Amino acid sequence: MKHTVKILGTGCPKCQNLTKVVKEVISENKLDASVEKVEDILEIMQYNVMITPALVVDEKVVMKGRIPSKEEVLALLN
Amino acid sequence: MFNWLERMAKWLVYDVLRMPPEDHLAKALDFFIYDSIKILLLLFTVVVIMGVINSYFPIDKVKNYLSRKKLYGAEFLMASLFGVVTPFCSCSSVPLFIGFVRGGIPLGVTFAFLVTSPLVNEVAIGLFVGLFGLRTTLLYVVSGVLLGTISGLILQKLKLEKHLTPWVKEVLANAQMEQNRFVAEKQTLKQRLPIIWQEALKILKGVLPYVIIGIAIGGLMHGYIPSGFFEKYMAKDNLFAVPIATLLSVPMYSNASGILPVVQVLVDKGIPLGTAIAFMMGVVGLSLPEAMLLKKVMTMKLIGIFFGVVMLCIMVSGYLFNMIL
Repeated sequence: MKHTVKILGTGCPKCQNLTKVVKEVISENKLDASVEKVEDILEIMQYNVMITPALVVDEKVVMKGRIPSKEEVLALLN
Repeated sequence: MFNWLERMAKWLVYDVLRMPPEDHLAKALDFFIYDSIKILLLLFTVVVIMGVINSYFPIDKVKNYLSRKKLYGAEFLMASLFGVVTPFCSCSSVPLFIGFVRGGIPLGVTFAFLVTSPLVNEVAIGLFVGLFGLRTTLLYVVSGVLLGTISGLILQKLKLEKHLTPWVKEVLANAQMEQNRFVAEKQTLKQRLPIIWQEALKILKGVLPYVIIGIAIGGLMHGYIPSGFFEKYMAKDNLFAVPIATLLSVPMYSNASGILPVVQVLVDKGIPLGTAIAFMMGVVGLSLPEAMLLKKVMTMKLIGIFFGVVMLCIMVSGYLFNMIL
């Protein structure tokens, strides 16, 4: 099943870090997923997060405020 | 508590490296080794402890608490206290602000949180304990919390809602005591610890270069500047010292963790503690990048008022400390 992954964040180093981790996990495990970085604050607020970066998988917020390890990301995408 | 470390540093410098005991460089090196290891140990300990506390007060819980409870004025203090245990990243300030406004939390209470959260954070506390000892740290934390509370109260009184950007006003108009369904993660401390531990390591790694450089500069100054050097220029009765220190501090945010060790040496050499605390509060608590981010939700005027009020409170506490210490 194809996943849509969104990374919410206004562009801080943490958010870029999270994007990197997610992209690496996807390419290393050859997962079928699209990654989109959401930087628009209005759009971010629609997900009701108050702390960035946040990770959204299939429109559900699964992680916020910290950078998960690769294993965690993999688990969330499977 | 750190006698063993002091002995180890001395042993390294004077016995292993065989440097002469009266040499400036030897003294600086001794100070550097002792200080950096001690500070990193304390910093790590504090970050882990704060991480544990924070994992029981996630931001959503804080928001729900503040928007649900009628606290008759105590909400400013509560918001400020929550700010202490919430780790702050300036890039989260905008979503946080909107989240609070949406939850029907008054603007002043939100400001109280926004002031204290960066001002009293885990890295600052850790560095403070390592550099200045427990008493000064406690003083800094208590005054930081009060400063957030009082700034929040003042900003509330000023009725600043009209200076929000239009789309935020709209959010404000539609604000309800909305509660996002918040399910606390039922985890034991044992399950939480590995995550907290990793986060603490990441934080430490991030600030490590700044701290080491700061301590190195401090170490050199410690060895070369005679004690009492600054007393001539920055005496307690110099009325301009506190405002100048505060103004100078705001642009220095990006390397707060490197500046604190240097300030410690300056205090050691005679700069009054109140002036130094005012400077450090500005360095740690007010940042220009944060101000730029807040432009999305506030007009420049409001940002100016916000920073102005906080700076004023910082100056007042600087004077107070100089008077009572």
